[in-house]
Amino acid sequence: MSQPQMTMNALVAEAEAQGISLGELALRHQAAFSSQPPEAVLAAMTARLNVMRAAVERGLQGRDKSASGLVGGDAARVLGRSQKAVTGSVVQTAVARALAVSEVNACMGCIVAAPTAGASGVLPGVLITAGEAAGASDADLARALLAAGAVGAIIARHASVSGAEGGCQAEVGSAGAMAAVAAVELAGGTPAQAAHAAAIVLKSALGLVCDPVAGLVEVPCVKRNGMYAASALVAADLALAGVESAIPVDEVIQTMGQIGRSLPAALRETARGGLAMTPTGQAVACRMQGGDDEWSL
Amino acid sequence: MEPVDLFEVIGPVMVGPSSSHTAGAIRLGLLARAAAGFVPVQAVIDLHGSFAETGRGHGTDRGLVAGLLGWAPDDHRLAEVGEHARAAGMAVEFRKADLGRVHPNTARFNLTGPTGQAAVIQGSSVGGGAVQLTELDGWTVELAGLYHTLLIGHTDRPGVLARITNSLAAYGLNIATMRVSRHSRGGDALTTVELDNEVAPGAIALLQVQADILWVRAIGKI
Repeated sequence: MSQPQMTMNALVAEAEAQGISLGELALRHQAAFSSQPPEAVLAAMTARLNVMRAAVERGLQGRDKSASGLVGGDAARVLGRSQKAVTGSVVQTAVARALAVSEVNACMGCIVAAPTAGASGVLPGVLITAGEAAGASDADLARALLAAGAVGAIIARHASVSGAEGGCQAEVGSAGAMAAVAAVELAGGTPAQAAHAAAIVLKSALGLVCDPVAGLVEVPCVKRNGMYAASALVAADLALAGVESAIPVDEVIQTMGQIGRSLPAALRETARGGLAMTPTGQAVACRMQGGDDEWSL
Repeated sequence: MEPVDLFEVIGPVMVGPSSSHTAGAIRLGLLARAAAGFVPVQAVIDLHGSFAETGRGHGTDRGLVAGLLGWAPDDHRLAEVGEHARAAGMAVEFRKADLGRVHPNTARFNLTGPTGQAAVIQGSSVGGGAVQLTELDGWTVELAGLYHTLLIGHTDRPGVLARITNSLAAYGLNIATMRVSRHSRGGDALTTVELDNEVAPGAIALLQVQADILWVRAIGKI
């Protein structure tokens, strides 16, 4: 059998032809890739899920502070008000969990890059919360992670998941698209709906630059993880309601890659543009490092 | 779908804060250590682009050293790696550099070994923790650490490749890809072999005694 082109369109068509979800299809591909039975793949992915859960737990305790002192404690703050949240407790809880993982990451704790460390909060925040709402088993969650991984692989293949290459749209935008696919999968949506949800999130992230204050994965990265967790859940609900993206997801992905390539280097993780160059951002940078050209540890 | 490891996308499991600048840096250090074939006592590391601009804040410098020490990307001691390097007798220095038209996350290792051996290795962190070594001692290489890999330095003479494949076959090793490059006809050559299975020490020893083979280095999956 010839290998079909690696696009979302091809993946959705393959899943629909077989009458299975994107997660189940991704599971079969991964099992074939690694020459392992599907049960072993699910077990290995569940181990990653458990690292995500531990990071959520640690972050929600709110005891860590990052190197700059700018990050830590917001996840706990947000969770504390989740029952009274304007957006409702599901969205607020997902946001709190996304912030929690991002705070742990900023504090040099252990996380799962998904697809990157800077954007590692979005997927666990959405996955665990949407999983609770759907009464999902660990195997369901692992399958949803594999579906998210397949989308991430396609984005990496046709655009980028690197902030240094494509800006924040490539990181948090990709994570949002992956999380939206996971949420649609957990809600029992169709592969086509998952693709529309991914397109809707990614479109809302187009052009987003990577401008970390002092070059740290702290400001604005952590809060963007929270914002795109909310965005992913909303996009999933839109797609599940039958809203379709007028621009197909593969074209959105191509566009994201093109926009990334046209971004100036100052807005691609060099900390020489955007929020990093604000007076406040510069003050933090001055406080954090001397800017020597040579150093040792 | 093309064959792709979804655990590369949902992963790695790592200590933060950056997959490209922290976990990728550790993997680059691990690959450099393996490609050098020795544990350096001195490392002068040139950092380019985003690595130079934001590497300190991201712990790129610590990550590269952690890799040279052989640590995994989820090692919780990362914050204190400087003390561990000193205790292990490894002197490290970092320099901002312009390495030309290369990936924005690129590092160049100038390594010195305990008996004065030297290696110059360049590589990039290309996103999500994935890495690529691009240069080893003047040779262009493509090493991502996704396969068990052998780097074999040899003289460019007829029959060398047959001796390499026969030696690997003797240990039941299946070759996934093989690439030969040479500086000049009859001069030094480098053969890169990617294998499906881990390389047994016996296979390396067998390769090392073959005529015209100068050196062999095994690089595991990282």
